Amino acid sequence: MPCPPSGVSAKMGPAPGPAARGREPSYLGYVWFQLEEVGTLRILAIVKQVPDSNAAVKVTADGKGIDQTGLKLVVDPFDEFGIELAVQLKEKRKDVAEVVALTVGGDKAAEALRVALAMGADRGIHANDPAFETKDELFYAAVIAAAVKKESAPIDLIVTGKYNIDLDAGAVGAAVAEYVDWPHIAAVTGFELAADGKSFVARRRIEGAEEVVEGALPVVLTIEKGMVEPRYPSLPNLMKAKKKPVALLTSKDLAVDAGLAAGLQFLSLFPPPPRPACKMVPGEPDQMAKELVRLLREEAKVV
Amino acid sequence: MTDTRTPDFLEVDSLLAPDERQVRDTVARFVDAQVLPVIADCFETGRFPMELVAPMADLGLFGPTLSDYGCAGLNHIAYGLIMQELERGDSGVRSFASVQSSLVMYPIHRWGSAQQKEHWLPRLAGGQAIGCFGLTEPDGGSDAGTMKTRAHLRGSDWVLNGAKMWITNGTVADVAVVWAQTDEGIRGFLVEKGTPGYTTRDIPHKFSLRASVTSELFFDECVLPAASRLPGAHGLACPLSCLTEARYGIAWGAIGAASACYREALEFARQRKLFGSTLAAKQMTQVRLAEMLRRIVSAQLLALQLGRLKDAGRVHHTQVSLAKWNNVRAALDVARDARDLLGAGGITVELATIRHLLNLESVITYEGTETIHQLIVGREITGEEAF
Ligand SMILES: Cc1cc2nc3c(=O)[nH]c(=O)nc-3n(C[C@H](O)[C@H](O)[C@H](O)COP(=O)(O)OP(=O)(O)OC[C@H]3O[C@@H](n4cnc5c(N)ncnc54)[C@H](O)[C@@H]3O)c2cc1C
Ligand SMILES: Cc1cc2nc3c(=O)[nH]c(=O)nc-3n(C[C@H](O)[C@H](O)[C@H](O)COP(=O)(O)OP(=O)(O)OC[C@H]3O[C@@H](n4cnc5c(N)ncnc54)[C@H](O)[C@@H]3O)c2cc1C
Repeated sequence: MPCPPSGVSAKMGPAPGPAARGREPSYLGYVWFQLEEVGTLRILAIVKQVPDSNAAVKVTADGKGIDQTGLKLVVDPFDEFGIELAVQLKEKRKDVAEVVALTVGGDKAAEALRVALAMGADRGIHANDPAFETKDELFYAAVIAAAVKKESAPIDLIVTGKYNIDLDAGAVGAAVAEYVDWPHIAAVTGFELAADGKSFVARRRIEGAEEVVEGALPVVLTIEKGMVEPRYPSLPNLMKAKKKPVALLTSKDLAVDAGLAAGLQFLSLFPPPPRPACKMVPGEPDQMAKELVRLLREEAKVV
Repeated sequence: MTDTRTPDFLEVDSLLAPDERQVRDTVARFVDAQVLPVIADCFETGRFPMELVAPMADLGLFGPTLSDYGCAGLNHIAYGLIMQELERGDSGVRSFASVQSSLVMYPIHRWGSAQQKEHWLPRLAGGQAIGCFGLTEPDGGSDAGTMKTRAHLRGSDWVLNGAKMWITNGTVADVAVVWAQTDEGIRGFLVEKGTPGYTTRDIPHKFSLRASVTSELFFDECVLPAASRLPGAHGLACPLSCLTEARYGIAWGAIGAASACYREALEFARQRKLFGSTLAAKQMTQVRLAEMLRRIVSAQLLALQLGRLKDAGRVHHTQVSLAKWNNVRAALDVARDARDLLGAGGITVELATIRHLLNLESVITYEGTETIHQLIVGREITGEEAF
């Protein structure tokens, strides 16, 4: 079969229909080749499976974890922003080769990965090993960084949520950036990648203002709420996602510094104390106001 | 107990495959975000939320068990769970999806010509076209076999005369699947909106399924080209097998409506203080709530087993009849009792219960009335036809 000219990739397929009109098809023997520019950029979205924010979370009797029976697990809503951004970049630009979704977690986390694949990621990486279980975001980030380094072709952009709603530590993006030695931009509210596919302008929310940051890839972005609106994965895409490739990685594949795992010791988990009963102040408005001030001064001692 | 929007007292959730759960959760999210915020107003003003058709199509809710024409190729458990979640929103929204999928796409897919399939299925799946199903007539729906609508051949054309009544989506449909008597028996036709001799009119003054369009169809010397007949459909068994598809979905849908009412009643009972304690702390209320839950749990297990039989290709239509009857009756009982438990507040559409209650009065009538399903099961167990 003749080789396509270098710098372009050849995609085999049926004769182009009306949708492909305008492109130049070339007829080579018995198949049609459609010539396209090669995408080179590779984007990785970190996806964590977390308890649903509406779920009634119960602490296990030993105080070491959360009762998983019947617990509803979802893709972290902040990580969904990252997936959406990655997929939008792929849809808008010709130079994005692929969007890779990565998750660290047990067997169930495959469901989170499937949501990412259904939203439009091309393939998945599932780091699944009891040794990866952690409540320490630095260790979690180290596992992710090891998986990133293991990729045969380099990743150019890593996107993930500003924080994860389970641990709320907000360290994942920053720590991954540190381990792979890239810059990190936090709480991103806007991202424009230049036509060259290298330089970018990002916006981030800071106290009372917005900061504009310029830079060049590679970079880790942690996404703020409101930047993009995550799509619902459609049911046909959920089914198709079953067929997308997912690479399984265990502790045999990923070398993670064991010392890191001991960096933070997890002691116990307990539900917050119940809120004290609400005190209603009875009476007419002027009496109520007086009584309220008295209570605030004498009982609560806040004024 | 699993934290789903429908109660899961018996861990039925654990009997679902991960992708079945994922389908349910995806649709549940859509219902929470897009149906629940608008539906009370739609019901009050008697409007079908047409703006939801495109997002429903994008989600893949039309014809989801088909595997071609861009459809998802789901199993029937997943299909049932879609119906359950949609009806947790509103029976009208579920009815729209039922009609589009089970009563329009299903017969075209099963008995349509290649040309009919290629023309209609992608459009129906994509929400660019809306369908309706015309079987019931003004003179009586239960005895569909004695329909008066007739089609006769004139040259190679078919000429249709008659009327259909109580047709969901009638006035908004781009295509009607119409069943008519011919010299050779009952046949199905695809009638396009705008065909001369074909007119539609909405049925006003409904107090049930108000967020759904219900219409009359009229055929007056309506000339249809030969190619508009469904070539594979012969006899009453065909429309009845469409109904079996839709009834299957309704058996699941009822769980959604019942769950919405149960949740509302339980929440109210926990908050409401009367005679020195919450309603939830009173024996009477507990018995009522426990009864509601019992009905829901039985309906869930029934639907699940029905779905497994269907996916195994072993379901019998009389089993579907039993499930439709049981589950809609259960939902109606739950809704009525929940309405009462909510006191005066329960009569306003601010709460979902009365909307579901009123909707279920249609759901128990359409797709075979409760009596008809009882007589179908009765015939099956006695061998005697007693209609
Ligand atoms: C909101 C709504 C939407 C609908 N959408 C559609 C649609 O899209 N397409 C469509 O074709 N139809 C539709 N229908 C019609 C529905 O299927 C019929 O209403 C139903 O089949 C009952 O027919 P009927 O109303 O003529 O009642 P009838 O058949 O006249 O029945 C009246 C009563 O008699 C009882 N009965 C019937 N036979 C017997 C018997 N042998 N012994 C004892 N009792 C008996 C019935 O149970 C019922 O209680 C819809 C109806 C409603 C309310
Ligand atoms: C259309 C309409 C018009 C009305 N007009 C008037 C009017 O003109 N004047 C007026 O004063 N009121 C009026 N009412 C109010 C009506 O009398 C009350 O709605 C009724 O007394 C019930 O009170 P509630 O709605 O607060 O329900 P609740 O008292 O909160 O009752 C809620 C539920 O709890 C049950 N329940 C109550 N106590 C117990 C118990 N001890 N154990 C177990 N279950 C219990 C009830 O049976 C009910 O099912 C009207 C109501 C309606 C709907």
